[in-house]
Formats: sequence, C-alpha cells, structure tokens
Amino acid sequence: MSEMPTIRSRPLHITYNIPISKTLKFWEGLKEGKIYATKCKKCGKLYFPPVANCAACYSSEMEWVELSGEGEIETFTHVIVKPASFSSEPPYTVAIAKLKEGVRVLAWLVGVKKKDVKVGLKVKLSAKTTSEGRLTYEFRPIDEG
Amino acid sequence: MRKVAIIGVGHSRFGNRQDVNICELAFEAVKPALEDAGLTAKDIPYVPVASIGVWYEEPLPAVAIAEYCGLTGAGLAKFEAACATGSAATYAAYTAVASGHVDTAMVIGAEKMKEVDAFTAVELIGRAGYYLWEFENFGMTFPAYYALHAVAHMNKYGTTEEDLALVAVKNHKYGAMNPLAHFQHEITVDDVLSSYVVAWPLKLYDCCPITDGAAAIVLASEEKVKELGIDTPVWIDAVGFSSGTGNLSKRGTYVGLEASVQASKMAYKMAKITPDDLDVANVHDCFTIAEILAYEDLGFCKKGDGTKMIREGETEIGGRIPVNIDGGLKAKGHPIGATGVSMMVELTKQLREEVKPKSRQAPMKNYIALAHNVGGTGHYCYVTVLKR
Repeated sequence: MSEMPTIRSRPLHITYNIPISKTLKFWEGLKEGKIYATKCKKCGKLYFPPVANCAACYSSEMEWVELSGEGEIETFTHVIVKPASFSSEPPYTVAIAKLKEGVRVLAWLVGVKKKDVKVGLKVKLSAKTTSEGRLTYEFRPIDEG
Repeated sequence: MRKVAIIGVGHSRFGNRQDVNICELAFEAVKPALEDAGLTAKDIPYVPVASIGVWYEEPLPAVAIAEYCGLTGAGLAKFEAACATGSAATYAAYTAVASGHVDTAMVIGAEKMKEVDAFTAVELIGRAGYYLWEFENFGMTFPAYYALHAVAHMNKYGTTEEDLALVAVKNHKYGAMNPLAHFQHEITVDDVLSSYVVAWPLKLYDCCPITDGAAAIVLASEEKVKELGIDTPVWIDAVGFSSGTGNLSKRGTYVGLEASVQASKMAYKMAKITPDDLDVANVHDCFTIAEILAYEDLGFCKKGDGTKMIREGETEIGGRIPVNIDGGLKAKGHPIGATGVSMMVELTKQLREEVKPKSRQAPMKNYIALAHNVGGTGHYCYVTVLKR
C-alpha cells in the first residue's frame, strides 16, 4: 500500500516506578547472589515470583525461603524478533524450568549453544546484575560431566 | 434471562488502514451493522467498545467513536480482555439485553495497530502477560509465549514445523477468498518453512499480522426481534469463560490452554451441545500452534490429535468441522479488540448462509457455530455459541 498522508502526534514517553518494598528481600538477595521465594506461614504454599500476600488462604504472614535454583527445562524458545526496548540485545533464549522445590521459573537460558537446548535439560538458576545495573536471574546448564 | 439475538453485522476491510483514523474505521463497521438491523444510532442505548488502544492516539475510543457515529448519550465503556476483548464486550452487551435492562445494544470492536512502528507494537503486545516477571527482564513477545507452547507440544506429541505450516496454508487459502481479509493470497508449506524465524519454532508465516480493522454487531431481545420483524435472527445460545494465570511459569502444562478447556465446557453445557453438533467454528489462531491447541482444548479431537485433524483436512470446508474459513486471525488479520466481534460477524453470516463467494459458505446441518476467543496466552478465554 502506498504511503498515505498522516500527521505526527506529540510524543509520550512513559516509565514506571515499580514498588518493591514488600518484596525487598528478594531484590536485595539478587545483589548477594541469592534467589528467594516466599512461603505462606499459614498454609505452607510456596511462591515464585515472591508475593507479600497468599492468594490461596489470604494470609499476609509470609516467610522467605532460599531456592536451590536446580531444575529442569520444561519448554523454551529462541526470541529473534525482539521488542523495541530489547533491540540492542542479541537474540535470547527464554526457558521455563521446574525447580526441585516445585515452583516454575521463566528466565533467560545462557551458556549453551542453541542446538543443545532441549526439554529436560538440567539447569541452575543464578542471580545476576546486568551491565545496566538491572537485577535479574538466569539459567545455565548444569555440567554433568 | 431473555433470549438475545444478533440482528445486524458490519465489518471493515482489515489490513494496513493508514487511510482512516480510529473513528472513521469504526464507522465502516457501525453503518452497515445498523443498516443490517434496520435501526438508527438513536435506537441504541448501550455500546460496549472493544479496543485495546495505546497504538493509536485516542485514549477514550468509546467516547470518540460514539461522537463520530452519532451514538453520544448511549451508555459507553471501553473493554479490555486482551485479544478476547471483542468477546468480553459482546458478553457485556448480551447480559445487558438478556437481563431486560435494555432491549438493544451494539458492540463495536475497533483497533488501529499500525500507527506505531512494528517493534513498538511487538513491545506493547509482549508486555501483555505479567509485565514485572516475564517482560521487564526477559523481553517476552507474543510469538515467544506461543512458541513455548509449540515446543512443549512438539516435544510431547511429535508435532512438526510442517504440521504448523499446514494451518497457515489452510487459513491463507480461505483468506484469499475473503475480500475483507488482510492477506488475500495463498501460500505453500515451503513459503512458511522458509520465512524468517520470529521466535523459534514460529516463523513469520506462523504468526498473525499486525492489523487495523473494525467490526460491529447489533443485539436485540426476542421481543424486539419480533417487533422489528427480523427474519434471520442469530441467537447467542451460550457463553462460557475462564482465565489463566498472568505468569506462564504458574501454569502446570504448556501443551494446551486450560482456560480454553474450561470456557468451552461451560459453553457446551449451557448450549446443551457437543463439538459434534457444530457446523462451523472460528478459533483463536493468533499463531499456527494456537489453532492446533484449540482443536484439542475445545474437544474437537483428543489431546495430541490436533495435528491429525489439520493433516487430514478435517477442518476445511467439507471436513468434519470447518474452522476459520474466513482466513482466521492468521490471514484475515488480528486487530486485537475487533477480533472477537469479527468472529461474531463471520459466524452470523455463515449461519444466515449469506457468505460470498458461495464457495466459502460452510454447509449447515444444525445451524450451530462456535467462536473461541483467547486473550493473551490463555490469560482470558471466551467461547460463544451462536444458533440460528
């Protein structure tokens, strides 16, 4: 279709200040290389991502539990066409793994060739601070050799 | 609850619609819908508007569209249920009429997604899961969410990239027969397999396009249908709905969408039908894998047999249940808020047996059709059963 006439709107740039006070230990933990989940003191349900309130029994009495990070890939994809805010990243692999503790985690999988990524791959989740200073976590394959 | 019928339908041409703004686009659907119903804007007391927005300039599309279409004064609201918005808005109108609160209502679905660049659109859609935990650090995209399901399905059931391609080939075939579709050309399995990878294993032709489009339907109570002398009312026989967690990591399985299973069970029970009673269906094929998941989740076949259905042509015209014979989201296009309403328009025309060209008309036996509309990646699901 040929270009049709348009006018440019006024620009709007939005960034959000996302509150983390209720899950601060999780974010602080990432700086120390630890990955925490929350566990409901009343009903025992384990939560990752961590939460301040239990959706199962509505208690707000939660305790922090450090995760082993050990798990197995359940599914994955290689993202080639990226969103605008990730345009400077090389293509990345996203995986969902089920950890030993029973919770599932979605994160990038690094340190493995694309062709070697498979369902069932054993991985370890570890905390990371990116070069931009963002706190995150990533999977790496567990070397079984 | 009173019986509620669709008595008027309107549908814009889908595609790259840089020639119109959101209001002008909506008008292209509203005018024929009112004409089809034999009503005027003054007769419509309630108008739920299905639109996500952000990719176009108007933050209050319900208000702007109503003003532009002479509907000001009607009760208005913008609805959001991601890609299931059109069905969610239809449900709001249905309940308003069924309850007796109003006698007529009009649902307008309108979306203009191409006023921002493609990567910004990918960004906005990618954020539509659980932003904080799956986008902020991991840059998930909509194709990537469905790719996670494709990989799980391939791993468990031996589904191949060729199987996925067959869905695209089928839907393009019908899109080529639909003058309102975004893509009106046929493609081959090789075209799909050789298109570039978007989120492995999904390639460009496995994905629905970013589309502008509008659709509108007019609903009326049984009394109103009689009063107006409508000769082919299409009844909303049942609506089922369900939802899934925001975080995909909270799902127990990736080989299907539990929200689709639950929503369809609810709809079948309310309509007192089984999938075998359906003459035609529109399912949510935002990606090729999504159509295969839908066959299974909606009970058209057993879990894992979806690929068999596409391989054996069971969902083509002449097959057991013709599916997405308007081109589906895949070829007709997926203007997000308009999609669910577009499904109602298409199925109403199918049930009235007035589809043109005739070769795109599904044969009718029971005069029962199903619309399956998923929001996000099984985050929302609405299943609507229509009956003539």
